[in-house]
Amino acid sequence: MRTEGFLSKVKSAGLAALIMAALSFPIVAYHADMDLTRGLFLESRWPLVAILVGGTFILRLLSEFVFAWMRGRPAAATRKTKQGISPRAFHLIGFAGIGALIAFPLAAVFMLGPAGSLKWIDNYGIQILIYVMLGWGLNIVVGLAGLLDLGYVAFYAVGAYAYALLATDLGWSFWLCLPICGAIAALFGLALGFPVLRLRGDYLAIVTLAFGEITRIVAVNWTALTNGDAGISLLPKITFFGIPFSKGAEGFASHFRLPFFPIERTIFLYYLILALALLTNFLTLRLRRLPLGRVWEALREDEIACRSLGIDTVAAKLSAFAIGALIAGIAGAFFAVRQGFVSPSSFGFIESATILSIVVLGGAGSQAGNVLAAILIIGGSEFLRELDVLQEFFGYTFDPTQYRMLLVGLAMVAMMNWRPRGLVATRRPSIFLKKAKPVAVELIAEGRG
Amino acid sequence: MTAPPLLRVEHLTIRFGGLTAIDDASFEARRGEITALIGPNGAGKTTLFNCITGFYKPDIGRIVLMQGEPNTADIDRLTRSVRRHGIFASGCICLLERMSDAEIARRARVARTFQNIRLFSGMTALENLIVARHNPLMAASGYTILGLLGIGAYRSAEKEAIETAKYWLAQIGLTERADDAAGSLSYGAQRQLEIARAMMTEPVLLCLDEPAAGLNSAESSKLNELLRDIRKTHGTSILLIEHDMSVVMSISNHVIVLDYGRKIADGTPSAIRCNENVIAAYLGVEDDELRLAETKVGA
Repeated sequence: MRTEGFLSKVKSAGLAALIMAALSFPIVAYHADMDLTRGLFLESRWPLVAILVGGTFILRLLSEFVFAWMRGRPAAATRKTKQGISPRAFHLIGFAGIGALIAFPLAAVFMLGPAGSLKWIDNYGIQILIYVMLGWGLNIVVGLAGLLDLGYVAFYAVGAYAYALLATDLGWSFWLCLPICGAIAALFGLALGFPVLRLRGDYLAIVTLAFGEITRIVAVNWTALTNGDAGISLLPKITFFGIPFSKGAEGFASHFRLPFFPIERTIFLYYLILALALLTNFLTLRLRRLPLGRVWEALREDEIACRSLGIDTVAAKLSAFAIGALIAGIAGAFFAVRQGFVSPSSFGFIESATILSIVVLGGAGSQAGNVLAAILIIGGSEFLRELDVLQEFFGYTFDPTQYRMLLVGLAMVAMMNWRPRGLVATRRPSIFLKKAKPVAVELIAEGRG
Repeated sequence: MTAPPLLRVEHLTIRFGGLTAIDDASFEARRGEITALIGPNGAGKTTLFNCITGFYKPDIGRIVLMQGEPNTADIDRLTRSVRRHGIFASGCICLLERMSDAEIARRARVARTFQNIRLFSGMTALENLIVARHNPLMAASGYTILGLLGIGAYRSAEKEAIETAKYWLAQIGLTERADDAAGSLSYGAQRQLEIARAMMTEPVLLCLDEPAAGLNSAESSKLNELLRDIRKTHGTSILLIEHDMSVVMSISNHVIVLDYGRKIADGTPSAIRCNENVIAAYLGVEDDELRLAETKVGA
């Protein structure tokens, strides 16, 4: 019995190694390079192939043992997930989280000083919060309404470009632009919504994907408006409701009798995106308890049943697209004012894919799961930047940040193994008579558009 | 004294490619009655339902839903116009073949259930019922805008909807399971919940597609009681497709029999029970006998 199990594990590892060998033969085994006379020569790299194949064999064998060990004790694990977290504990964790987020930049400045904390507030704090907000926005479309949208970044781009153009050409202030950018993006949401109303599943995904790409390509080619690939730069910086974050007597620091540090602007940006993200969360949680939010979920569960109840599914779908786009548009305007520069390269398909993977990894429909997933994926890829030490092993040309999609891939594989429906997969009912019982994931539809 | 008609189906025909699924079917369902639609498998019962509830568009025919007692001249006048519904001195008329599925549910107040249950399985029983109240609640929430700001009549409208939901949960004996996911309920409970959800829309006509399918005899008799109560207390007329003859014979006032898309009989349950065309359609007969039967129907 035992040897049989061992044999099957070796067999599986052998198979993985065989696949690796087949894959690495055309990709790794021979490498064409130029010699000094600029002529091509073929370099064989068989030892590398052998290392890859051997490594795959050992890793697969190890993972087989780990999985077998994990399967050996499933009872405790399932009992834990079935129980879930009580709504009260959930609220406590939520408030503690918000408190921690509010304290975070001040704690960072206190511990690391104004210069040392910049990276933590900007690269980690602001960057993650932007994606949390985008994740929450896409969650309305994908998680609640069940409409698979692969071109969500288009609305982010529309918001960013709208701010860039309004601020540079018309000279409007950020605070005026913020709602306008959201509204313009929402109009684009409706523009996408109309043609795709009749599409479902794969077809919906393809058209939304195309919409995202079209938006980017228009931004590249409509040079008269968008300045093409060069983008729009020198956007006006954020002000403290009209007071600039500058060194002079008119600046924020002297106005409030504080010592001047350049990081004050970053801290303000952090609190701004935190407020915007929390507002998004509040909006979503509130909508879920209103007829509109309930109908989104009903639409995800069964569209035909919705129609048999006299529900206007067209309005429900369009409102989901529009509100999702509104949130992305506001996030886009924030992105533009933070960067001070917009260009089409910021809005490629990979951004849509990242946002979607945050929603999927977090558990479609779950607000808390989205936050965890954003920290994991965005924080993780930022963390890869820190791993310069790896260059000691792989040579100076090795750039760890190039491998951030590998991280997403790993997260996805792990998820498929342990949590196929995301980190937080249970659904909390929007209304209850006696006690809100979490709905098990197996019963929740994923939606087909 | 018979009740006035609520639904009148006239010369309904629908084809799918070369197949004529319903061929010139005409019948009436009267107000306050339970009308049963029976027939062998593939007779076109569900197709007929889908035409009435707007999920299919018939090729030929008129489907009139009447409230009050509108006269024929008014119905014909509405038919000649391009309008879908009209209010006349004599009553209110909806031409269902011109309306979309959601509009039929919303304006004509025809609710339906499905042969393969279509509940929102990831939502709780209570949520399923509340979603059915979407249109009045949406209006009460000021199309979401007032509701978001927390002003207006939404709170009281929601409370009222919850009270109605509680009533229906009690009617189907699911009060204790209100906060459980609809998908986790037993098959019989799901069937009843789907009927309750349809009733939450306060329909004038309730169309049930095989409500007793897959139920045991205890559940089946509970269903009979529920349907009788719906008819008596709420005045909702019922049109049902059913294979279970005990259900059909015990609760329906009027039975319509379809076979191969054509209506072969129409009458009271006792008349249908001994109709030879119906017996032939159900039990099967020799070919020449069938031809004889068909000439009698006039097909």
